Amino acid sequence: MTFKLKTLAAAAALALSAAGPVQAQISGNVVKIGVLNDQTALYADLGGQGSVIAAKMAVEDFKAKEKGLNVEVIFADHQNKPDVGTQIANKWIDSDGVDVIVDVPTSSVALAVNEVVRGKHKVFINSGAASSDLTGSKCSPNTVHWTYDTWMLANGTGKAIVQTGGKTWFFITADYAFGHALERDTTEVVKKMGGSVLGGVKVPLQTQDFSSFLLQAQSSKAQIIGLANAGGDTINSIKQAAEFGITKGGQNLAGLLVFLSDIHGIGLDKAQGLILTETFYWDLNDQTRAWSKRFAAANGGKYPTMVQAGVYAGVLHYLKAVAAIKSDDGDKVVAEMKKLPTDDPLFGKGTIREDGRKIHNAYLFEVKKPSESKGPYDYYKLRATIPAAEAFRPLKDGGCSLVK
Amino acid sequence: MNTQALFGQLLIGLINGSFYALLSLGLAVIFGLLNIINFTHGAQYMIGAFVAYFLLNKAGLGYWWALVITPFAVGALGVIIERTMLSRLYKLDHLYGLLLTFGLALIFEGAFHHEFGSAGLPYSMPESLQGVQNLGFMYLPNYRAWVIVASLAICITTWFVIERTKLGAYLRAATENPSLVQAFGVNVPRMITLTYGAGVGLAALAGVFAAPIYQVSPLMGSSLIIVVFAVVVIGGMGSIMGSILTGFGLGIIEGLTKYFYPQASSTVIFVIMAIVLMIRPQGLFGQR
Amino acid sequence: MSEQAGDHQAHDPSWERRYERNAFIVLFVVFVAMPAFIYPRFGSQLLCFALFACAFNLLIGFGGLLSFGHSMFFGMSAYFCAYLAKSGLAIGAIGLKIPPFPVELAIVGAVLATAVLGLVTGLLAIKRQGIYFAMITLALAQMVYFFCLQAPFTGGEDGIQSVPRGKALGLFDLNDPLVMYYFVFVIFFAGFGLIHRIIHSPFGQVLKAIRENEPRAISLGYRTERYKLAAFVLSATLAGLAGAAKAIVAQNASLTDVHWSMSGEVVLMTLLGGMGTVFGPVVGALVIISMQFYLAELGSWVTITQGIIFVVCVLAFRRGIVGEIEAWLRKRRKPG
Repeated sequence: MTFKLKTLAAAAALALSAAGPVQAQISGNVVKIGVLNDQTALYADLGGQGSVIAAKMAVEDFKAKEKGLNVEVIFADHQNKPDVGTQIANKWIDSDGVDVIVDVPTSSVALAVNEVVRGKHKVFINSGAASSDLTGSKCSPNTVHWTYDTWMLANGTGKAIVQTGGKTWFFITADYAFGHALERDTTEVVKKMGGSVLGGVKVPLQTQDFSSFLLQAQSSKAQIIGLANAGGDTINSIKQAAEFGITKGGQNLAGLLVFLSDIHGIGLDKAQGLILTETFYWDLNDQTRAWSKRFAAANGGKYPTMVQAGVYAGVLHYLKAVAAIKSDDGDKVVAEMKKLPTDDPLFGKGTIREDGRKIHNAYLFEVKKPSESKGPYDYYKLRATIPAAEAFRPLKDGGCSLVK
Repeated sequence: MNTQALFGQLLIGLINGSFYALLSLGLAVIFGLLNIINFTHGAQYMIGAFVAYFLLNKAGLGYWWALVITPFAVGALGVIIERTMLSRLYKLDHLYGLLLTFGLALIFEGAFHHEFGSAGLPYSMPESLQGVQNLGFMYLPNYRAWVIVASLAICITTWFVIERTKLGAYLRAATENPSLVQAFGVNVPRMITLTYGAGVGLAALAGVFAAPIYQVSPLMGSSLIIVVFAVVVIGGMGSIMGSILTGFGLGIIEGLTKYFYPQASSTVIFVIMAIVLMIRPQGLFGQR
Repeated sequence: MSEQAGDHQAHDPSWERRYERNAFIVLFVVFVAMPAFIYPRFGSQLLCFALFACAFNLLIGFGGLLSFGHSMFFGMSAYFCAYLAKSGLAIGAIGLKIPPFPVELAIVGAVLATAVLGLVTGLLAIKRQGIYFAMITLALAQMVYFFCLQAPFTGGEDGIQSVPRGKALGLFDLNDPLVMYYFVFVIFFAGFGLIHRIIHSPFGQVLKAIRENEPRAISLGYRTERYKLAAFVLSATLAGLAGAAKAIVAQNASLTDVHWSMSGEVVLMTLLGGMGTVFGPVVGALVIISMQFYLAELGSWVTITQGIIFVVCVLAFRRGIVGEIEAWLRKRRKPG
C-alpha cells in the first residue's frame, strides 16, 4: 500500500531534482532496473527468471559499486496481458522508483509499456518482443529495441532460404496481428528474391491440432512450409509435422520465430532440419561460450536464449550510459546510449540507431540431427551469417518520426 | 475441388472426432447419470496426461501400463472428491455443483501450473505405434489410427454397459429415483460415487491418449473443456450415444470448416451449440 | 439459487431500511476516502469491477439466473468505448466520419451498443433456465471472444492501446489519477443507485417473486419471460458501463476482458461477497481484485487461491461475506 505521505515525499524529491539547475542526479540515489516478462506461461523459458539472472550478471560485470552507483534489480510477471503489464509499469515508475524496464516479450504488452515509458520519460529496453513497430510507427525517444524483430526474422530466414533453393512457399499463419505481420514481411522478401507463395492458411490462435492445416500444406507441394506463428503453436506444428511425415514428402519447415528453448522442448528427433534465424547462440565463439557457461550455472543448467542475452547486453550498455552522464533521466540516457557504440561479449561491437534499433549480426541456423549433437543445447549448426548492415530494416523505411 | 485433399481432411476430421468423443464420454456419463456439470473434467484430463508422464519418467512404466493404471489412479481422486465435497451439494441447486467443480479446476490447474510452468513436457510416442501408413492421399500416422479404433471401442463399451447391462440399469434407476432403488437394497450413494469416479477415470484415460500427440501441459485441459461442453450439450446432456455421435460428427464438421474457411474453425462448434440450445435445448439426442 | 440471509425471520422493513442506509453511508465514506490509502489508479480499477459485480448480481441475486458469459458485456463494451475514444466512428457505406469521441460520449456510445448486445443475446438465452441458461451464455460469450480475436477493430491479440482520457465534460483533466478516480466514483454510484432503485421498485418485487417461484408468478398473470429479459438487459447494460469505465481507467481494452475466465471471476466476486445482497458484490470485488494485485508476483497462486475460495464458499460459506454479516446482524436486532 502506498501511503499518501510517501507519494508526496517522492513527488517533492522529483520536483526538486527537476526544478533545480541541470544538476546531474540519480533519482532516489538508486538506479532501479525492472525486469518485466512472462514468468509462468509460454514465454517463461524464453525469458522468465533467466532474464532476471542475466540482468543481475550485467550489474555485477559492470562493477556498479566501484563506479559509485547503487543498482537494484526487481522483476514481475506480466502474464502476457497488456492490462497487467501497464499496471505494473505504472506502479513501478510512479511508486517504486524504477528507472528502466527491460525485456517485455509479447508485442501487445511491449507496445503498451512503450507508451507508458514514453509518457513518463523513463527508459525501455525491449529484448523479448518481435514487433518491428517499436522502431517504426511507434518509435520513441525512450525506447531501445535490442535482440530481434519481425523484419529481421522475415528477411533473415526468408532471404536465406530462397537463396539456398527453397523457392515455393506455403504459410501456416497464426491468425492475429503478429502472425499476419510475419507472413506479410516474409512474403515480400520471398517474392523479391524470385520465389513464389503457393498458398497459405490462417489458423486461430492456440489451436492444438494442426493436422488439417499440415495436410493442406502437403497437398500444395510447396518446397517450404513457413510457420508464421510462435510459442506453443509453433511447437505443436513442428511436432505434428514430424508425426505426419511432412519431410518424407520432401518438404522443409521454416520456423519464422523459433527459439533455443522451443527446440529444447520439441526435441531434436522432431525438430531436425528446421531452419531459423537468431542473433545469439551460446556456441558461436569463445566469449559467448564462457558467458553462457556462467549463465547456465546460475540458471539451473539451462543455456541462454537470445532474449536473455539481449537483456544482459542491454542492461550493460544502459549502465555505461548512466555512468557516463551521471544521470538516470530517461530521455538523456537513451540519447547517450545511441551516442556510445556498444561492445559486449555476446553481440560484439554494434550501434543503436536514431530509431532505437540496436544493430548487430544475425545468424541463419539449421537444427542438428540427433546424431550430430554432443549434448543438451547443442542444437544448431551455422548456415550463414547475415552482416549487421543488412540484417535490419533500413532506417528510412520504418516510418519512425525520430528519423529526419 | 481436389477430392484427394478432401478425403484427407475428412479422415483427419474423423480422427479429431474420435478424440472429442472419447473426451466427452466422461462428462456425458457424469451429467447423464448424476446431473452434475463436472467443470473439473479438463483438469482431470490434464492430470491423466501428467500421471502417464510420471509413470514413464519416474517409474519406467510405459504407455500401455499408463492406459491401465491412470484411469484407476485418477478415478480414485474422483471418488475422494465426490465423497468429501460433491455429495454435500446434492440437496442444493445444481448450479452449486458447477461452481464447486469450477473452483476445483482452478485449484488443480493453478497447482500444476505453479509446479511445471506452461511450456509443456514431452511424452514420447510408444514405439509400437510409431510410423505412418502411406494411404496415397495422405500419410496416416499409426498412432492416430489407433486413436480412432480405441476410441470407438471404449465409447461403445461404455454405452453398452450403461444402456444394456444390469449394472447400467441400476445406475440409471438410482439416479432417477434414489429412494425407491435404495429401498430395494441397492447402495445408492456408493453407486453414485463410483459413477463419478468412472467418469473421472474416462477423462484421465483421454489424457493418456493425448500425451504423445499434444503437449503435456497444465493448460491442456482448459483449452479443450469448452469444446467438450459444447459436444455434450449438443449431443444431449442425458445421452451417452448422443455425445459419442456428436463428438464424431463435430470432428468432421470442424475438419471441413478448416478446409473451406479455416478462420471460423474455432467458432463453428459454438455457433452450432447456440443454435441447438435455442431450438432443442435438451440436445439432439437427449430427453427432457 | 441464492439463500437470502434472514429469509426465514420476521421481516422488519424499518430495520431493513436503516441497515441499508447505514451500510450505504459506510460504503460512501470508504470510497470517498479511499485515495488516501490506496494508489488512486488502483482504486479506480476497483470501482469498475465493483460495478461489474453489482451488475452481475442483479441477474443472479435478484433474477435467479446464473450467467457464465458476462465477460461478453464487460469486454465488448470496453472495446467499443476504447475504439470510440481513440478512433471515432467511420462508416464508409453511409459516408459517416466522426472524429474521436470525448470521454462521456464514448462511454455512452459503448453502453448503448452493449444494451443492444444484451437484448440480442437475452432473446436467445432467456428461453432456458438453470444449467442450460448458464451453458448458452457461455457459448454466446465464446462466440464474442472469437469475434474479438479476429475483428480488425479490436486489434486482436494486441487489443486497443493508448486510449486517450481527455477532459471530462471538457473541464476535468482525467490524466490526473485523482480526478480520474472521482469521475469513476460518480459513475459507480450512479450505477449502484440505479440498481438500488430497480431492486426496490415494483419491477424488482416481481423479479424476486419470479426467482422464488416462477410457476406461481405465471399463474398470477405475469409475463415472466419479459421480466427476465428486462433484468438480463439491465444487467448487461450496467456491466457495459463498468467495462467502458475500465477502458478509460486502464486506457486499453484487451482479450482478457472478454475471456471466459473473466466471467468466472465475476461469479467468484459475487459468490464471495454474497449473492443477492446489495453490498456483497462490492466487497467481493474489493477482495478479489486486491488479491490479484497484491499477489500478482506469486503468479499461479492467485489462481489456486481463487479456486480455494470458490470451493470453500460453495461448501461452507454460501451466503458470502456480506450475507453472513447481514444474517448475524439480523439475529442480533431486537425482535419486532
